[in-house]
Amino acid sequence: MDFSGFLNNLTPATGFFYFLSFLTILTGLMVVLSKNPIHSVLYLIATFFCLSGHYVLLNAQFLAAVNIIVYAGAIMVLFLFVIMFLNLKQEDEESKTNLTKIAAMVTGGTLFLIFVAVFRKTQFGAFNAYSFDSQVGMVESLGEVLYKDYLLPFELASILFLVAMIGAVMLGRREAGDRHF
Amino acid sequence: MTIDVALIIKAIIILLIFGITLLIAMYSTYGERKVAAFMQDRIGPNRAGPFGLLQPLADAVKMFFKEDFIPSQASKWLFILGPCLSMLTALMTSAVIPFGDSVKYESAPGKVWDIPVQAIDVNIGILYVFGVVSLGVYGIMVGGWASNNKFSLLGAIRAASQNISYEISMGLAIIAILMMTGSLSIRHIVEQQHGGNWNIFYQPLGFVIFITCAFAECNRTPFDLPECETELIGGYHTEYSSMKLGFYLFAEYINMFVSSAMISSLYFGGYNYPGMDWVQAQLTGSLGEIAGHNVGTLIGTLVFFAKSLFFVFFYMWVRWTLPRFRYDQLMNLGWKALIPLAMINIILTGGAILFLKPLIVSFLK
Repeated sequence: MDFSGFLNNLTPATGFFYFLSFLTILTGLMVVLSKNPIHSVLYLIATFFCLSGHYVLLNAQFLAAVNIIVYAGAIMVLFLFVIMFLNLKQEDEESKTNLTKIAAMVTGGTLFLIFVAVFRKTQFGAFNAYSFDSQVGMVESLGEVLYKDYLLPFELASILFLVAMIGAVMLGRREAGDRHF
Repeated sequence: MTIDVALIIKAIIILLIFGITLLIAMYSTYGERKVAAFMQDRIGPNRAGPFGLLQPLADAVKMFFKEDFIPSQASKWLFILGPCLSMLTALMTSAVIPFGDSVKYESAPGKVWDIPVQAIDVNIGILYVFGVVSLGVYGIMVGGWASNNKFSLLGAIRAASQNISYEISMGLAIIAILMMTGSLSIRHIVEQQHGGNWNIFYQPLGFVIFITCAFAECNRTPFDLPECETELIGGYHTEYSSMKLGFYLFAEYINMFVSSAMISSLYFGGYNYPGMDWVQAQLTGSLGEIAGHNVGTLIGTLVFFAKSLFFVFFYMWVRWTLPRFRYDQLMNLGWKALIPLAMINIILTGGAILFLKPLIVSFLK
């Protein structure tokens, strides 16, 4: 199919999908390619926004909002917070040896190969547009599934979170006699 | 043709909400100075126009004519992006707030459009607000970092840690509301408070937690540590001048109005007021079904604005009454007082829904 024919067949949703995908990949690349860590973090925030856009396209509004609140709103603020502190010092770019560069290339390339191999063979299940439940991604149906069918895994995950939280507090706790700075 | 008129009414409503938000924010600056003057036994601005009413315009013109200065060591694009982000996130929130009931419009006999006085009614409205609020700190952080000034950076870091700390208790206070209403749509929450059933009577503790966190999230005194001028010169906006500074200051007033609107719709019934049904019945009786409904909506909207403006006044009242917190006091209040209180509030709410409600229902039978 030639490009103009492709453009003519584009529905708004697919057009938006391609636009978002392009933006996601672009911002994702910029995260890696930016020299300045602050710029990287800001591009990562933009990537999370694009991913939330994908969630909205997939009819998962709740997930989109939670993604923004948790990742873009809380975790990235902490990232930025820490990097701002680090950046106070004079930047000394630690030179990476050729060995680390080659190792990074090999691992990254292998991961890429695995992804390509997986997605080439994947069969995507078709869905019926008429019997499709448009409410499937809404918070009500999500809650039904989470608290009925997957109650035990949900509770186990929350215990895991609690343990992680207590562990973080224990690690960060000041011992008697320690100073602030 | 008919749907066009309905769309135009919707567009007018959206533009009006946008314009009124800006207008109120603009006159909040005037109100702030007048309230401050009243509390300090002064007169306040009274030169520009009658009672100084043109003062906000004069301020804006002054801001525009100041030199727009970018420090040579600053990161230029991020320096510009900071105030833009602040303004953007401040203006985005008002989209999901229900300002009134609905406007009825009859396009053809028997075909009545029912257009809600609200930009968009998303079914996750409260999460949307929460998300935008959690993004609000980026404008301050980016601007403070990009200024390449240690006072700005300190202000930015304070803003970040303060926002993160108070967001948690704010979210927990909202969860108690969600447990009661069972809906994430702000319009549903407002509709359920119809008939004097305001959430403030069921959630007094939640309300106190929410309003404290709202003060902290808006960076208002007593929590205005990010721009604390006795320690940090001007905090995150030390290096800013001209309309970029204006954007930061203006965004604060928009945030104030929007959070006041949120408080009045979450806890004070939004556009509901006592005796609403009676007034509605009188209006529809005398003016007819559609005109009566629309006039009733207008009254409801005015009531909503009255409630919101009272909270804007409350913000100013507190600012000119209370001194600023010290930084460690701020953190202790957030983490050691508000979060445990909010959790207790959730447990109490859950207990009341489970045990107290059936008890009262069976007692009344």
